[in-house]
Amino acid sequence: MERKIRVLVAKPGLDGHDRGAKVIARALRDAGMEVIYTGLRQTPEQVVNAAIQEDVDVIAMSILSGAHNHLFPRVMDLLKEKKIDDVLVVGGGVIPDDDIPGLKAAGIAEVFTPGTPTTTTIEFIRNNLKRKV
Amino acid sequence: MYDSASLVSGIRKGDPRSIARSITLVEREDPARLAVLKAINADIGHAHIVGITGPPGSGKSTLTDKLLKELRSRGRRVAVAAIDPSSPFTGGAILGDRIRMQRHADDDGVFIRSLATRGHLGGLSRATTETVRIFDAAGFDDIIIETVGVGQSEVDIVRLADTVVLVSVPGLGDDIQAIKAGVMEIGDVFCVNKADRDGSERVIREIRAMLEAAVMNGAATRFSALYQALDQLKAVDRTEGQSSPRASSSGLFDQGAAHHIARQPPGHDALEIPAVIPTTAETGDGVSRLVDEIKAHEAALVATGFLRLRRHENLSWELGNALADRVLRRLEGEDRKIELADLASAVLDKRKDFYEALGILEGSLAG
Repeated sequence: MERKIRVLVAKPGLDGHDRGAKVIARALRDAGMEVIYTGLRQTPEQVVNAAIQEDVDVIAMSILSGAHNHLFPRVMDLLKEKKIDDVLVVGGGVIPDDDIPGLKAAGIAEVFTPGTPTTTTIEFIRNNLKRKV
Repeated sequence: MYDSASLVSGIRKGDPRSIARSITLVEREDPARLAVLKAINADIGHAHIVGITGPPGSGKSTLTDKLLKELRSRGRRVAVAAIDPSSPFTGGAILGDRIRMQRHADDDGVFIRSLATRGHLGGLSRATTETVRIFDAAGFDDIIIETVGVGQSEVDIVRLADTVVLVSVPGLGDDIQAIKAGVMEIGDVFCVNKADRDGSERVIREIRAMLEAAVMNGAATRFSALYQALDQLKAVDRTEGQSSPRASSSGLFDQGAAHHIARQPPGHDALEIPAVIPTTAETGDGVSRLVDEIKAHEAALVATGFLRLRRHENLSWELGNALADRVLRRLEGEDRKIELADLASAVLDKRKDFYEALGILEGSLAG
């Protein structure tokens, strides 16, 4: 039985820069994961619906616009509404340190800020999956 | 967490999580999938299965996005299986077809699933056929399979789709591309995308010439036998007036025929070739006509009985293929590897000849 880690890499919100998201997508692919990339300017609803249809183990979101305190918790609320509790959600981007505890309280498992080695993110994902691999 | 009974009732209700989770079982080749597939077996066979294939960068995803839009406007529920390649080295994959279709993510009449090939050759992933069955049981009217970008031999799509749309684009190479065997021979509906670019008219001409030549040479194309059967139906229809229920209910002879007799080669009045349809997926130009053509093809398959014929052929092939897979898997065990190594040594040392060794292996596989 073959088991692959499937990750949705998403860019919620309105910022137009996805270089970071693409670097992460590529690093996860090179780590043997299947990465579904949805492109720019996604609503939280689109992110959650795509995660359901793709049956991913992980949602990795990147935000550079400053709207993380709104968008990240909104995704978590939608997941709760749909009773999805077995998906690991991580965030990244330009996120001030002061905001991180609040995001974690909302259910974002970890927040990776600029300069984080991709290996750290990969390790974290591998060690914190909520579904059995 | 998810038992097969609740997955099955979820699939029948069109519940996205049940559909998605079942596809995951199929992708993992989880034995639990067998109960699900068995239970939905009676529910399948209603959807129109459409394959979209063509070279990398020909605009298959953008075209699929526009097909989704057009089919939705005609009130149809549509599922998409979008296939992208896995890395042969890491096993990882970037599945990016969804980028072009994300506008449909909020539409509950659309379900999109990305599948990685996971080492499977031929343009599809191993899980594609069973994924299509799950979509079918979930009541989707149309199922679109977008293959990986194909070269010249990835033709598995013909074993699965009722209607194969071959997407070409201008600027890929000289006219010899059009006479190459393989992918050019598998289309039911032909489309030249990026038709706003220079050279598109030439590509259309070349494909038409190729199709005409194939018909005149008596080559086995996907459409020749179908068109002959259609002609016979039309002849019957003419003798019986408008009484044929099949013909009038399908609307085949009002619209379908007009789409299909695109051009008759000179001196071959009875021969027909499919229309070659220019599209510009980026703007949506030509997409409505492409959908008309896809649906006319489906109507022709239904009217002639070719739909069942094709599905029957495909199932025979799939059974044989699944058996070959099972046999191959029996070569993977540790004991078998040792046996293979021993027999190889025997052949190398000239204690046995090759076919003697093969016979021994065959005997022990059967036992």
